[in-house]
Amino acid sequence: MTFISRRDLLMRAAAIGAVGRHLHIDPRHDVGDPERVALHEHAALAREPLEHLTAAEADALDAVVARLIPTDANGPGAAEARAVHYIDRALGGALASSRDAYSSGLAALDRYAQSSRGKPFAALAAADQDGVLADVESGKATGFAGGSAAFFALVLNHTRQGTFGDPYYGGNANFVGWDLLGYPGVRTMVTAADQQRLETNELKPNHKSAYDYDAFTKSSARSHDAQEGGSSWRRG
Amino acid sequence: MAQRLKETDVVIVGLGAAGGVAALPLAQAGLDVIGLEAGTWLTRRDFAPDELRNNFRGWPQGVQKANQEIPTSRANASSPVGPRGTIHPMQNAVGGTTLHYWAQSWRLNPWDFKVVSETKRRYGASRIPKGSTVEDWPFGLDELEPYYDKVEYEVGVSGQAGNVGGTIDPRGNRFEGPRRRGYPMPPLRATAFLEKMTTAARSIGWHPFPGPAAVNSRPYQNRSGCMYHGFCNRGGCHVDAKNSTAVTTIPRAQATGRLKVVTRAHVTTIEVGGDARVSGVNYVTDGVEYFQPAKVVLLASFTYENTRLLLLSKSKAFPNGLSNNHKQVGRHYFSHHQGAPVSALFPFDLKSWYGLPAQGVAVDDWADDNFDHAGLDFVGGGNLWVMSDRRPIAAAGMSTFGRAPAWGSQWKAFIKENADRSHSSYIQKTTLPYEDNYLDLDPEAKDPLGYPVCRVTAEFKENERKIAAFTQDKMEQWYREAGAIAVTRAPVGGAMGVSTHAYGGTRMGDDAGANVVDRFGFSHEAPNLGILGASVMGTSGAHNPTLTVQALAWRTAEHLVKTWRSRV
Repeated sequence: MTFISRRDLLMRAAAIGAVGRHLHIDPRHDVGDPERVALHEHAALAREPLEHLTAAEADALDAVVARLIPTDANGPGAAEARAVHYIDRALGGALASSRDAYSSGLAALDRYAQSSRGKPFAALAAADQDGVLADVESGKATGFAGGSAAFFALVLNHTRQGTFGDPYYGGNANFVGWDLLGYPGVRTMVTAADQQRLETNELKPNHKSAYDYDAFTKSSARSHDAQEGGSSWRRG
Repeated sequence: MAQRLKETDVVIVGLGAAGGVAALPLAQAGLDVIGLEAGTWLTRRDFAPDELRNNFRGWPQGVQKANQEIPTSRANASSPVGPRGTIHPMQNAVGGTTLHYWAQSWRLNPWDFKVVSETKRRYGASRIPKGSTVEDWPFGLDELEPYYDKVEYEVGVSGQAGNVGGTIDPRGNRFEGPRRRGYPMPPLRATAFLEKMTTAARSIGWHPFPGPAAVNSRPYQNRSGCMYHGFCNRGGCHVDAKNSTAVTTIPRAQATGRLKVVTRAHVTTIEVGGDARVSGVNYVTDGVEYFQPAKVVLLASFTYENTRLLLLSKSKAFPNGLSNNHKQVGRHYFSHHQGAPVSALFPFDLKSWYGLPAQGVAVDDWADDNFDHAGLDFVGGGNLWVMSDRRPIAAAGMSTFGRAPAWGSQWKAFIKENADRSHSSYIQKTTLPYEDNYLDLDPEAKDPLGYPVCRVTAEFKENERKIAAFTQDKMEQWYREAGAIAVTRAPVGGAMGVSTHAYGGTRMGDDAGANVVDRFGFSHEAPNLGILGASVMGTSGAHNPTLTVQALAWRTAEHLVKTWRSRV
């Protein structure tokens, strides 16, 4: 059974058309509502309007993230997590300072794919895409302002954020990233008994975003003043 | 022209770990205190369990003053300035960084106060590293013990005592100095992995114990116990179980009616009167300038800002910056050598998704002078710390220990199996001040108001790097004993950079020629200026500085109360 959050659903509904206003969605009944499942299937075919990337950039980026965290025998990857959706939204806010790096980097990627493998990146077979990405990762790929390795690190970092970050930000759709890691989900209280259940593999994923809890303000998470840090300070 | 406000008894610059504590004894003594804070009040509703926002985006809900004045840094005077950070490690808000710090609340060990005399006594003067400006503190642990005790109970610290009145309790840290009583709360709970690490340490003859935390292990002072939800690392507490000054000493000081908290106050300079005494501080709120006159100024911002504000406050009496006629402001700087971690991969899940970085097991056997250095060529050591702390984005960024590439299907298979199987230790090491490690004003970089930012010129020296290599050996031994199947080590240390544990710049000591403040934290040169924070500390020990900073702040405030009549 597929879970899709209320917020995500509203976003998709809005993207598809006027159906959103007719939906009365109770977040306690996220799973199994036939109308919602139907909508989900419909929505999966469509991509809602991009906010910051161009269509060509999004096509290339879709292809990149699908190789970085691929869909395979171990389940959904960055494509299902909608990591590109996360990046596209964030480029207007916390990741705004990376907007130019994406434009020039994705253009350079296509140029390099064309010159080294004969086609734009998205049109290459998976094995060739991996070959191109390996060159970009090592810094061997030419034509990237500031070096290809820096662009690779940027995209990998943001792809991970979009796959494993809180779904509130538009990625990690249906919690596929957290399920991959085995992360049992955001909780506001973890009792000793809960920890005990975790130790014995009995604590099931709750599939909750931080902002599914009414206790927390959302205004700051939306803030466009937020700036991405180069690294997270981890020391106490 | 700045708007002149009504004079107060004491103005405190910064209501964080230090200023937030000092306000309480002052207000309780009946002094009128104004606390100027660059940030705002943040409360539990602001503290969403949101890794992206807290750990990657630097708390966008707060006032980001500090982010506008991140110090520049370089390893030494002839090396280029390194890349400048984009997020300051400290937070502007009422409560400051105690809102989102790890909350490890250690006392220093007795040796940390007497590094020079104890090293000379045991190993000879030649063992003091060349170029180090380290001094003994002007007093020993016994002088600070009553204040440690006061803060542990006022703020609330959980933990297991190891030495009450000289009686060793093997459940706690046998190397700690004598304390008058145990902690007000028992330690935070353990996990199966922490218990495994504890057993492993014992099996190799070490003395593991649960670390102290300014986090409630049970309800305390009408606030909740910890919920262990896993977002404490750079996260605020949604149930006020983390004992920031914003939920402890500051509201208690406000309740006396004597503390006025002024938020969004960006202090720019400290004013000096005609008699080499300070007369108050200038601050800016939303572009409007104010002058707050005060009989006494307590400077309680972070180490970098304490130094910067002094250097920026030039006057006839202090042409090189306030309290800097002996050219000591910015000197004796060092940041804790807390990097160079060891990471391990285990063949089983650690179940670390829920917990907090202050919930863990410590080993002090290799800290300070707790072991014989006779056959070694360094002084000091490190505290080994193993905690329960993991969040998903960070987990996905784990080392693959050479067993998988960083992306693609092989990586995905690796991360699916191992996301909860790695651990990275936290090893805090003795770090000393040196002649050529210092803070000053950057000649080029400025904040948005046009004031130069602080510049860090500092690198870890041979002694620190030797401790790092030595403690990495011990950490690897501990991990292997607990069943680790792969271990990696970070480089042992180079440039210090900008740190959460930044010491010195306004060091405390009896000699005015080598120290900025006296043994009570007051300027040797401007008697009504007190300085709070780790900027007064001359040694780091092997443990987090905050509790020591808070004990010192309480002591300075109490001394001010006692000497009020002669000081103003």
